Amino acid sequence: MIAAARPVQRPRDARLLVVDGRGALLQASRASLVEYLRQGDLVVANDAATLPASLHGVHVPSGAPIEVRLAGRSSLRRDDLRFSAVAFGAGDWRTRTEVRPPPPALAPGERLALGPLAASIGALLGHPRLVALRFEGSADAVWAGIARHGRPIQYAYLSEALALWDVWTPIAAVPVAFEPPSAGFALDWSTLAAMRSRGIGFASLTLAAGISSTGDPALDARLPLDEAYRIPESTASAIRRAKAEGGRIAAIGTTVVRALEHAAARTGATAAGEGVANQRIDARTRLRVVDAILSGTHDPHDSHYQLLRAFQDDATLSRASAALETGGFRTHEFGDSVLIERKVGEAQRCSYDRGVPLPANLPGAPDGRQRGKTRSP
Amino acid sequence: MHEPLRVAVTGGTCGLGLALLAEFRRRGARVAFVARTAPSVADVAEKHGAHGIVGDVARKADIHPIALQVIAALGGLDVLVNNASSLGPTPLAPLADTECEDFAAALETNLLGPFRLTKALLGALTASAREGRGAVVLNISSDAAINPYARWGAYGASKAALRHMSAIWREELAAEGVRFLSLDPGDMDTPLHAAAVPDADPASLKRPETAACELADAVEAALLKAPA
Repeated sequence: MIAAARPVQRPRDARLLVVDGRGALLQASRASLVEYLRQGDLVVANDAATLPASLHGVHVPSGAPIEVRLAGRSSLRRDDLRFSAVAFGAGDWRTRTEVRPPPPALAPGERLALGPLAASIGALLGHPRLVALRFEGSADAVWAGIARHGRPIQYAYLSEALALWDVWTPIAAVPVAFEPPSAGFALDWSTLAAMRSRGIGFASLTLAAGISSTGDPALDARLPLDEAYRIPESTASAIRRAKAEGGRIAAIGTTVVRALEHAAARTGATAAGEGVANQRIDARTRLRVVDAILSGTHDPHDSHYQLLRAFQDDATLSRASAALETGGFRTHEFGDSVLIERKVGEAQRCSYDRGVPLPANLPGAPDGRQRGKTRSP
Repeated sequence: MHEPLRVAVTGGTCGLGLALLAEFRRRGARVAFVARTAPSVADVAEKHGAHGIVGDVARKADIHPIALQVIAALGGLDVLVNNASSLGPTPLAPLADTECEDFAAALETNLLGPFRLTKALLGALTASAREGRGAVVLNISSDAAINPYARWGAYGASKAALRHMSAIWREELAAEGVRFLSLDPGDMDTPLHAAAVPDADPASLKRPETAACELADAVEAALLKAPA
């Protein structure tokens, strides 16, 4: 697929590939997303705001330049100042991570000077570039230092450097994500209002989305790292209500699937509270909560794609990949989207069985034409 | 509400902002505040047990670092008070004698700053509303937003725009559960008023503490209203 090289969250021509519960594909304008949801459905999004997680500075023992990218934290607590981080050597984001020089050799106890921030290496986490990092100072001082010295993690495929304005989703609230929960770029306030006017519910949770890629195959194989999350009581009750009334749960992004399915696997139901999502979701996962996912377009070799296999069989996902490829869809954080409904089958839950497959008269005909008309509320 | 209110105030180191910060603290709220001068921020934070954030709401690049620190400090946000204000040129000048840059600076502080900060914090405010805590944005207005006082051009025009923007936000976000207040605290004995009217008799002016108490009452009343 083509990389979406401009950091525009909602380009007017953003596209959507819909994979319905029976495996039928259709192409539409992403602006018509709401047409593929139904009254009684509940949309759940991740309201994590993105940290400026890239910190440049100096490895104090060697004096060598270093970049650390904060990549994970075991809780969402403000006074938890211990992070896992991926270290890079000299250079910046304009160099693809695959060819960036390695950082100086790192050892526990060594100090890093990162602008106004001082940090020490706690341990190597099974890889010479993955370290536990602990910041020194008060929580307010550390967050101020990250806020003012950090930059968002950048992407070499982009034509310009990202600012936080580019990576905070419209609903971004809690600054805990290390990279943006980018499926949420699709939701603006007009879309949320359109959903409300059609009786489609909206709820949010917070999951500290981790780093998506390091350029190091051994490290990338360990992704996603464990991700702390919080599900508010209002969200848990909205999910229970929607399920009881036969509505579907539509997750905006893989992070929402991870949080909801982790909480459900732990408790057997959708419970409010905090947790750390550490499970892998793939073809063997039986989804307990989520009925559909809105996601970016992903190549079959990345970890996000593995998660999609919980929703649809491989043959259908292969057809979807082919359609994305031949249809000229754009990929990466600022790319186009897919909406994948969970496969209708014998294992399906009762709430979903009552759903109907996409009717034939939906907009976005399979030939790719898009209907401009929008229904009034 | 059993959990303490989470309040952010811009321009919190003097005048009305400082009085508001102290008033919300007195009422048991957790408060984060924003101001430009690091030593003053540290002093006020220490004295009032509030989270001090150094930043300039007039600068677009400062907005997300400010928003990030507000939420990192408070965990969420129930009340945003856009209080920081710029008079424009001082001493006050007729519009015809106002430099373009001074007019633009007043708009940056009084209009664009509140627009940008509200936008950046809207996710947190609506999350608070969905969780049943309520959400209020208080934009500090002025009678100069309504009455065309000579020599108050940059300030009056920017405050008039802020007042109108508040009304539009109110229309657009009522369904999200975010309430917008635009309130005129009256003529107060503050550094801003002293810069505008140096020869005013302080005894004839309202104390900022009095205005802060009235404004905090209005915010609490708005929070208690049933969600839309």
